[in-house]
Amino acid sequence: MTRRPYLMLGLILLLTALAIWVDASQRITITNPFNQKTIVNRNVSTRLGLDLRGGLQVLLEADLPADTPVDAEAISVARTIIENRTNALGVAENMLQVAGDRRIVGEFPGLEDSKAVLAILQKTGLLEFVDMGTSPLDPGTVIQTDYGQTSTQSSVTSTPESATPVITPTEADATSTAEANATPEATATPPAEAPTIYHTVMTGAALDTVNVVHDSTTGSYEISFTLKTDSSELFANYTGNNINKYLAIVLDKEVLSVPIIKNQISDGHGVIEGNFSGDSANALAVQLRYGSLPVPLKIVETRIIGPTLGEDSLRKSLIAGIIGMIIVILFMALYYRLPGLVAIISILFYAIIAFAIFKYFHFTLTLPGIAGFMLSTGAALDANILIFERMKEELRSGRTLLHAVEQGWARAWSSIRDSNIAAIIISIILFWFGSTFGATIVKGFALTLALGVLVSLFVAISVTRTLLALILSWFEIKNFPRWFGI
Amino acid sequence: MNILGKRYLYFAISLIIIIPGLVILGVKAAQNNLPLSIDFTGGSMLEVSIEGAATPQPADIHQLVAEMGTKDVKVQSTESGDFLIRSSFIDETTRDQIISAMQEEFGAAITILRFDSVGPSIGKQVTSNATIAVGVAALAILLYITIAFRRVQHAFRYGLCAIIAMIHDVAIVFSLVAIGSLLLGWEMDALFLTALLTVIGFSVQDKIVVFDRIRENTNLLRRLKFETLVNHSIVQTLQRSINTQLMTVEFLLFALALFGGVTLREFAVILLVGLLSGTYSSIFIASPILVVWENKEWRTWFRRKPQAV
Repeated sequence: MTRRPYLMLGLILLLTALAIWVDASQRITITNPFNQKTIVNRNVSTRLGLDLRGGLQVLLEADLPADTPVDAEAISVARTIIENRTNALGVAENMLQVAGDRRIVGEFPGLEDSKAVLAILQKTGLLEFVDMGTSPLDPGTVIQTDYGQTSTQSSVTSTPESATPVITPTEADATSTAEANATPEATATPPAEAPTIYHTVMTGAALDTVNVVHDSTTGSYEISFTLKTDSSELFANYTGNNINKYLAIVLDKEVLSVPIIKNQISDGHGVIEGNFSGDSANALAVQLRYGSLPVPLKIVETRIIGPTLGEDSLRKSLIAGIIGMIIVILFMALYYRLPGLVAIISILFYAIIAFAIFKYFHFTLTLPGIAGFMLSTGAALDANILIFERMKEELRSGRTLLHAVEQGWARAWSSIRDSNIAAIIISIILFWFGSTFGATIVKGFALTLALGVLVSLFVAISVTRTLLALILSWFEIKNFPRWFGI
Repeated sequence: MNILGKRYLYFAISLIIIIPGLVILGVKAAQNNLPLSIDFTGGSMLEVSIEGAATPQPADIHQLVAEMGTKDVKVQSTESGDFLIRSSFIDETTRDQIISAMQEEFGAAITILRFDSVGPSIGKQVTSNATIAVGVAALAILLYITIAFRRVQHAFRYGLCAIIAMIHDVAIVFSLVAIGSLLLGWEMDALFLTALLTVIGFSVQDKIVVFDRIRENTNLLRRLKFETLVNHSIVQTLQRSINTQLMTVEFLLFALALFGGVTLREFAVILLVGLLSGTYSSIFIASPILVVWENKEWRTWFRRKPQAV
C-alpha cells in the first residue's frame, strides 16, 4: 500500500489542477469532484475531425512508378510547399501530413467546394528573386511582386499562366529597380494602405544548378548556385548595382530567405551564406531547385463529408456517451458501494487527465476517437473492477480490511498490466496502418485508445490506490461487508 | 460450478454461429461479390439528398448515371431518404456532370452529403497492409503472451490458445458482417478493420486476465488436477469478466449503437458483438482448449464418442 497517501494525494491534485488548466484554457468546463459541482460541458472548441464537422480530405501520391523510391526529404518539402499554398487560400485549420513514404494527406475542414483546393494543389509553384533594397522583410512575410503583372494597379496576385517570358527583366531593370528602391520612403508617409509591390529580378527558371557546400574547417554550410547563361549577364548587372542591398528569395509570394549582396556576381556562379544548419541549408536548396513541387503529385483519393451528417453524428454520439456513462456510474455505485464511489472518482480523474492530454497534443476528435475513448474508459473501469473483485475475495476469506485492500491491489496488478500491454500493442499496429494511408479516422481511434489505456493504468496505480488508502485511514469501518457490497 | 465439463457443447455453439456467416462469405466470394467497401476495392461513393417535387427511384438514378458511361453503378436509398451511388472510380469533373444531369432530370435541388473516391491502386495497398496489420497483431500477441507466461509450463501453449480464441472472435465478427451485409447491406470498410483489430486487442486482454489467474493458481494449488484448477480459475474471474464486459464496455457500446449517429452504428454493433465474443471465448473457448490440450483429448476423438458431452 502507498506509504505516503497524503503526499500522493497532493501530487494527484496538482496534476489534476494542471490538467484542468489545460482543459479550461481550451474552453472546457470540467468536473470538480470535491465540491460536488459537476459541470460536464463537452468541448465544442476542440479540433473536430472531418467526420464531425464536414470538409474535404485529399490523399496525394507521388506520381512516379510504384517501384521508384521517393526521397523522404522531397515529399516533406512538397508537403511544406502545398501547405503554404493552401494557407494562402484562407482556409482555417487545414492540415497536411506526410502519410507513409510516398503520400501526403490533406484535410480541409468546413470546405465543400473541392475545386479551389484541388486547383491549388495541382498548380506549379513560382520561385522569384526579389529586390528588397535596404530594408529586408522577415522570412514568412507574404509580399506582392511586379512579376507577371501589367500594371501596379492590378490587385489580384499573379498566376503563373499569365506570366511573360523570363527574360523581360533585362529592359525593365533600370527603371523598376529605381522604383523599388524608392518605395520604402514613399510608404513611410501615407497610411500603409497600398501594399508595397516589390520588383522581381528573376525567377527560379534562371537557376541552373543548386548545391549545398559544407565547409569542414568552419563547420558552416553554404548554398552554391549557377545560373543559366542567358541570365548571368542580367544578374551580373543587377548585383553590381546593388552591393550591400538585400535580394529576397520568394516562393509563391512568401519570403523564404533574405540574403545580402556582398559582391558582384559576374560569371553566374554564386553562393548564399547565412547561419545555415545542415538541415536548413538543404531545405532552402531543395526549394530553390524545385520552385515547383520536388515530386509530381497526383490525387488518388478524395473524400467530401457534408457538414450536416457530421453535426448530427457528434450530437448523438455525445448523448450516447453521457447515457452510457450514467448507467456505468450507477452500476458501479450500487454494486461496489464505497469502492464503487472510489472508482467513479478515479474515472473522473481519468477523464480530466486524458482530455488534457488530447488537447495538449492537438489531437483531432473523430467519431471513432470518441468510441476509442469510451473503450479506454472501460479499460480504466476494468482495472478498478479487477482490484475490487480481488479485494472482496480476500475479505470473504476472512482477512482484515486493510490486508484485503493491500492484497487485492497487489494481486490484481499483474493482470491489469499484462492485459493492457496487449491493448497498447494493437493500438500501435493500428496507428501504423492508419498513417500509411492517411486514414486519419483509424489513427484517431488508435491514438485515443492507446493514450486512454496508458492514462487508465496511471490512474489505477495512483488515484484508486491512494484514495482507498486514505479512506481506510480516515474511517474505522466496523460494518465493512455492507460498505463493500459483499 | 463446473464450467469445463460441457466444453464440447460450447465449441458446438460457437460453430453454429460462425458457420452460416462463413458460408455466406464463401458464396459471395465465389460470386466475386464480397461486401468490401471502396476503401479496399477502389471506386467512388456519392451520397446525395434530393429535394424536389417528386423523389426519384433508385432505378431512375441508376439509369441516368450508367448512361453517362460510369461503370459498376449501384444505387441504394438510405434510411434517411438519401441516395448512395456507388460506382467505379470517378473524378471531380464526372461527379459534377452527374450532379448537374440529375438536377436537370429530376428538377430538384441536390446536396452532396458525402463523396468518397478511392483510386484502385490505393485500394489494393490498403488490402495488403490490412492483412499485414492483422498478421503482425496476431504474431505480436503470441510473442507477448509467451514472454509474459514464460515461467509457467508450456508458455507457448497459452499464447497459441489465446490465438485460437482470437481467431474464433474474428470469425464471429466476420460472420456478423456477412449476415449484416445480407440483411442490411453492410460493407467492410476501414472502420470495420479498426473494429476488428480492437476486438483482437481486447479479446487478448480477457484471455490474459483468466490465464493470469491460472498462472497464479498453478503456483498455489500444485496438487489439483489441471482441469479442476482451470475451472477454479474461470469461476474466480467470472465476476470480473461479467462486470467489466457487460456492465461497462457493453453498456457504453450499447448506448453508442442505440443512440449514436448512423455513421457509428455499424462500428458500435461490431465492437459490441466482437467484445462480447471476446469474453465468451476466454471462458468457453481458450481455457477449455488449454484443458483439451493438457489431456490430449484428441486421441479419443475418433475412437469413440467423446465422453465429455
